[in-house]
Amino acid sequence: MGAQGQGHTNGKLKIGMYWASSCGGCDISLLEIGPRILDLIKVADVVFWPCVADFKYRDAAGYPDGYMDVCFYNGGVRSTEQEEVARLLRRKSKTLIAYGACAVGGGIPALANLKSRAEIYDVVYHQNPSTDNRGGVVPEPLHEVPQGELELPEFYPAVLRLKDVVPVDYEIPGCPPQADRVWESIQAVVSGAVPPRNAAVRVGCTEKSVCDECPREKRLVKIKAFRRHHQFRPEPGWCLLEQGILCMGPATRSGCGALCLKADMACEGCYGPPPNAEDQGTCMVGALGALLDVSTEDRAREMVAEIADPTGTFYRFSLSSSFMKLGK
Amino acid sequence: MAETVTTGHASQTTAVAWEPRIIGFLCYWCSYTGADSAGTARMKYPPNMDIIKVMCSGRIDPELITTAFANGADAVVVLGCHIGDCHYISGNHKTMVRMPLMRRILEDLGIEPERFRHEWVSAAEGEKFSKLVAEVTEQVRELGPLDWPRLMRERGVGHGADLKAWGE
Repeated sequence: MGAQGQGHTNGKLKIGMYWASSCGGCDISLLEIGPRILDLIKVADVVFWPCVADFKYRDAAGYPDGYMDVCFYNGGVRSTEQEEVARLLRRKSKTLIAYGACAVGGGIPALANLKSRAEIYDVVYHQNPSTDNRGGVVPEPLHEVPQGELELPEFYPAVLRLKDVVPVDYEIPGCPPQADRVWESIQAVVSGAVPPRNAAVRVGCTEKSVCDECPREKRLVKIKAFRRHHQFRPEPGWCLLEQGILCMGPATRSGCGALCLKADMACEGCYGPPPNAEDQGTCMVGALGALLDVSTEDRAREMVAEIADPTGTFYRFSLSSSFMKLGK
Repeated sequence: MAETVTTGHASQTTAVAWEPRIIGFLCYWCSYTGADSAGTARMKYPPNMDIIKVMCSGRIDPELITTAFANGADAVVVLGCHIGDCHYISGNHKTMVRMPLMRRILEDLGIEPERFRHEWVSAAEGEKFSKLVAEVTEQVRELGPLDWPRLMRERGVGHGADLKAWGE
């Protein structure tokens, strides 16, 4: 299905996909469109996709500028390598799409932004129980060996979003983006019915919050106490937040069709902040303020203390686009 | 110090010393009136707090607090009516949940607890208000500037500014 080489023209769209600081789930999610991928390859050639075929950076570098019609970039930017490739793909693509929660808001890896590089190295190369590093070796960008100098990509002090390093045309949030939304986005690209280019435009999601799509019944009762899944069996069909399970629904953009909620799991917030908001965590703090059943300050403090890890929970997928984001 | 500055106004030749910049969100009905009464009673307090009047402390979106820090505030103070005194009955009930939660998040993000203060100040508590401003100003002066935008730049932005695209 590949169409490597320069100047290959057959009237079909050229699409590419790249993985940076990510888990690989985004690449799989593109396949989640199922048999529709056969329709896709009727109209499009895959010209760069290191996860599924043997594409090298030099293949992409060999293309003329703007050769790829669409390039999906998944994963955050954590190293010089990922930034170099982001710049390369930006130049070779007519449309560059930040694909998935990591490229859009840093995702899970961005939680490491709460720690310094030294702390991360210490845990990963020295402290982890499974680490056997008797020499105490840590990666260095440059290393001298008898044969010459070896170079490794530099590990950045923080996880950046794709749009922190190159201009991005569209963003498709989600961990991973949900197949139907991906298919809609691909159809829009193929038919040319895309919204105006703007990094602020998100495609593959809708304009409301997850609560709006959630089929569970809202009884408009306030939260009496926070509980977790292992402590009780939530009543089916009733809003999990009202039952005391911390659900990110009110502070999360819709588009997934409330998939987790349909499986009795609380929303984790992977579609990022809702429209017109930048910072998902403060959105959730704002929402919880109105949802807790407290009448005294002491009880309010107690309930807040019951939340295990507010920062990690509220910013699970979007720390790089929180107010901790780097620069303006 | 052989050289002496011979020209220019005094304020132009000496470097401007850093002063704590505090953003205060005050509810209109109690705390702002309390600040007003401090002024009417001619109580002295440092001029370091920029007051933003809001109709209710329950109206203070937590994003306003983070926005203040992100744009260079050294400290943020949130003042509202005592519980039970809210003009809108339960506006400050929302504040009393949001602010302790914000405190936990700000600490995780590396902002010292002294830089975020949440108190109840009634319309009659001008003295409490003036003491509070003096206290926060002194605490922040000891901590020094937060300068969050610079902090964040140091951690990443522009890190790869001189990088070229792969293969160039």
